[in-house]
Amino acid sequence: MTVVLSAIGITKAFPGTVALQDVDFDVHAGAVNVLIGENGAGKSTLTKILVGVERPTLGTISMLGEKVSFSSVRDAASKGIGIVFQEVNLCPNMSVTENIFLGRDITRAGFHIDRGAQRARAAELLGRLEHNIDPDTLVADLMIGQQQIVEIAKALAEDARILIMDEPTSALSASEVEVLFKVIGELKRAGVAIIYISHRLEELIRIGDYFTVLRDGRLAAAAPREEVSIPWIISKMLGSENVLPKRPPAVPAGPAILEVEHLSLPRRGAGMAVDDVSVTFRTGEITAIYGLLGAGRTELFESLYGLRGGATGSVRLEGVELGSRSVNHRMKAGLLLVPEDRQRDGLVQNLSVGGNLGLASLRRFTRFFSISKAAETPLLSQVIDQLHIKTAGADAPITSLSGGNQQKVVIGKSLLTQPRVLLLDEPSRGIDIGAKAEVFNTMRDLADQGLAIIYTTSDLKETHGVADRILVMAYGRITADLRAEEATDEALVRASTYQFDTAAA
Amino acid sequence: MSTATATGMRGQAGNGSALLLVLKLRTFIALIAVTLFFALMAPNFVSVANAVIISKHVAINAILAIGMTYVILTGGIDLSVGSIVGLTGMVAGGLLVHGMPLAMFGVVIYPNVVEVILIALFVGTAIGAINGLLITKLGVAPFIATLGTLYVARGAALLLSGGATFSNLVGKPELGNQGYPVIGSGNLFGVPISVLILVLMALVAAYVAQRTPFGRKVYAVGGNERAAALSGVRVDRVKIAVYMISGFCAAVVGLIVSSQLVASHPASGETFELNAIAAAVLGGTSLSGGRGLIGGTIVGAFVIGVLSDGLVMMGVSEFWQMVIKGLVIIAAVVLDQLQRRLAANTRQG
Repeated sequence: MTVVLSAIGITKAFPGTVALQDVDFDVHAGAVNVLIGENGAGKSTLTKILVGVERPTLGTISMLGEKVSFSSVRDAASKGIGIVFQEVNLCPNMSVTENIFLGRDITRAGFHIDRGAQRARAAELLGRLEHNIDPDTLVADLMIGQQQIVEIAKALAEDARILIMDEPTSALSASEVEVLFKVIGELKRAGVAIIYISHRLEELIRIGDYFTVLRDGRLAAAAPREEVSIPWIISKMLGSENVLPKRPPAVPAGPAILEVEHLSLPRRGAGMAVDDVSVTFRTGEITAIYGLLGAGRTELFESLYGLRGGATGSVRLEGVELGSRSVNHRMKAGLLLVPEDRQRDGLVQNLSVGGNLGLASLRRFTRFFSISKAAETPLLSQVIDQLHIKTAGADAPITSLSGGNQQKVVIGKSLLTQPRVLLLDEPSRGIDIGAKAEVFNTMRDLADQGLAIIYTTSDLKETHGVADRILVMAYGRITADLRAEEATDEALVRASTYQFDTAAA
Repeated sequence: MSTATATGMRGQAGNGSALLLVLKLRTFIALIAVTLFFALMAPNFVSVANAVIISKHVAINAILAIGMTYVILTGGIDLSVGSIVGLTGMVAGGLLVHGMPLAMFGVVIYPNVVEVILIALFVGTAIGAINGLLITKLGVAPFIATLGTLYVARGAALLLSGGATFSNLVGKPELGNQGYPVIGSGNLFGVPISVLILVLMALVAAYVAQRTPFGRKVYAVGGNERAAALSGVRVDRVKIAVYMISGFCAAVVGLIVSSQLVASHPASGETFELNAIAAAVLGGTSLSGGRGLIGGTIVGAFVIGVLSDGLVMMGVSEFWQMVIKGLVIIAAVVLDQLQRRLAANTRQG
């Protein structure tokens, strides 16, 4: 097989971090070139460089021996590189045909769009993909799986020689996946090089020809199909180092406090975001929920917290049914969610550290309709001490704190409402390794004080080191429920890609 | 699976579609209803002379609304058009009356009417370009950027004459700059020139929007800016272009208005921007971008024009006219929401 594109020594530095360091990547024509790695390993940065969205800090890219550089998406496309993004990137207000030819209309005399030719070509492309979607349909009227097909048609319309697919199956049903794989087979025979990114190991083993594994921005391994197995991928992906020393629980897990029965949440369009989840959480216990993006972890938390109207099933906190209660009621009952995106949902940038900490529990310091400094100050300094928040004081601006300390402020804000159960959605996202350790220590302390702590993570290293119990979610269901000491990496990764036979429905 | 869905959707389209069609054509139906109403209620409403007068009134608002529609399609707004009308009218008037003094040579150059028109159009387009650059390169929100240029352009118009009116814009034979009033008052085959300009601009604008790559990009930017950028559309250029189009349209209106009055007044064009937005919204353009048609906007402008002229002919007070116009706009948006909800239901159920 000929190497159609070769990236050598690619380094990409962002202010503060190095996303890619000295990575080599060969793309073989007529083959599926698999790119694997955990979230944050550098896969998306590498693909962004290949399609001209980002430029490498160091390193060279050559196509068929000739050195190239891509100044824009348009430039990369003109050199035969197309991409199907993970999230669908279509204009919902335009038809299928218009979307396929957006930015590269077939014209007469350079300005008159040849609608007939475009519609015919669109129909031909969709036919090649075995989808007879009407080319005049509005994209907003299509289901997600069909939109994905349109994305692929759009990439094919360019006569791409290299086609990047970033988790193309994450939104597809089992039968749609089969169609996609057939299309991939055809493209391979036509000599198209496919760069395929996915977390679903079974899929990769099935269709991959060459495997490249990234870890923490570096090349961890590269091998052809014959030398690759699922355990090989997992070991290369995770490495061996264990960054977070486990601290044993000071008190054994207590009684059940949060009982969830048959909780379901339909996904917009089709399928289930949360599919019949029944689970019980106990006081003094830290539970990790591991899963891939889109496994339904955030949706589970939001359903528990009353943010999703369509959720059905039973949620009981200390035996009291929360049922249809509002977020406000659930907060008062002692259930609290710390959201994933703390910049957007967690912090008010123009308030001080103290202003943010007190925001959810103003009633506690309010005396005769005004905030009492005398009541507020001791509570704030108590929380700052308890969580070891490094700040010049409660009056310091929130922006003066590091990411980890900002995250602690979000947690501290929750603690002031005196919760019994704390849900933390990706608490370690976007903070450095030292800050992570502190946040996890804080979680341990809180559990030892008798709280039930439940958090989500996409990072295997953050499961064993922190949790007492690990749940794995895939396709909206809980696919594993293990004690931390029993859970092996392989068991967790397998459970996270577990595909139910019912997915076709 | 997709086959079943496609046929299923086609089947469902038959059901609630009668009401949906009525809602889709609501602006057109409204136009017919309003016209019929005044034909019955207002004496002399149905006459060629009256139709010509209404068309001339509508042309002014409709031309502005064409540019506004482009801007709104990208998800923006242009509040500066009324001021550009005033400023370009003043530029044209000033050039005709006082010429262009070149201090260093001690002479005054009097451009001919064609040159005056080109300079005025250039000024309007340039202000549009400034709007576009402020919005794309400096990241100012469209509402704020164009609010700023609204004041600046109005102030500039007042400064040109110290607040006075340039009157009697007929030109002088010895200066070779006669003929300006033709734009506003002239006829060709019995049709006012300004109406012909409207027809021409509407046809070009509709063609560009529907059949050229640029038009597609305008809809794409308004529909999903990120997707457009990832498809290689240069979003900034598209945005700058639509504000330039809007500025150009405003300059055309500035010329027509000052030519009709044979005078340019610095306060001319005040609140025109609101009428233009109203025409676009009435015609079905979504303020969130990506949805709307030039044809709809033109019909919307006619609804507003027929309504206000008809009410005048019926002797309804100006104050009531404003109340009625406001209610019509609100009703249009409510019906638009209704149509979208119905369309969504037809799709799912």
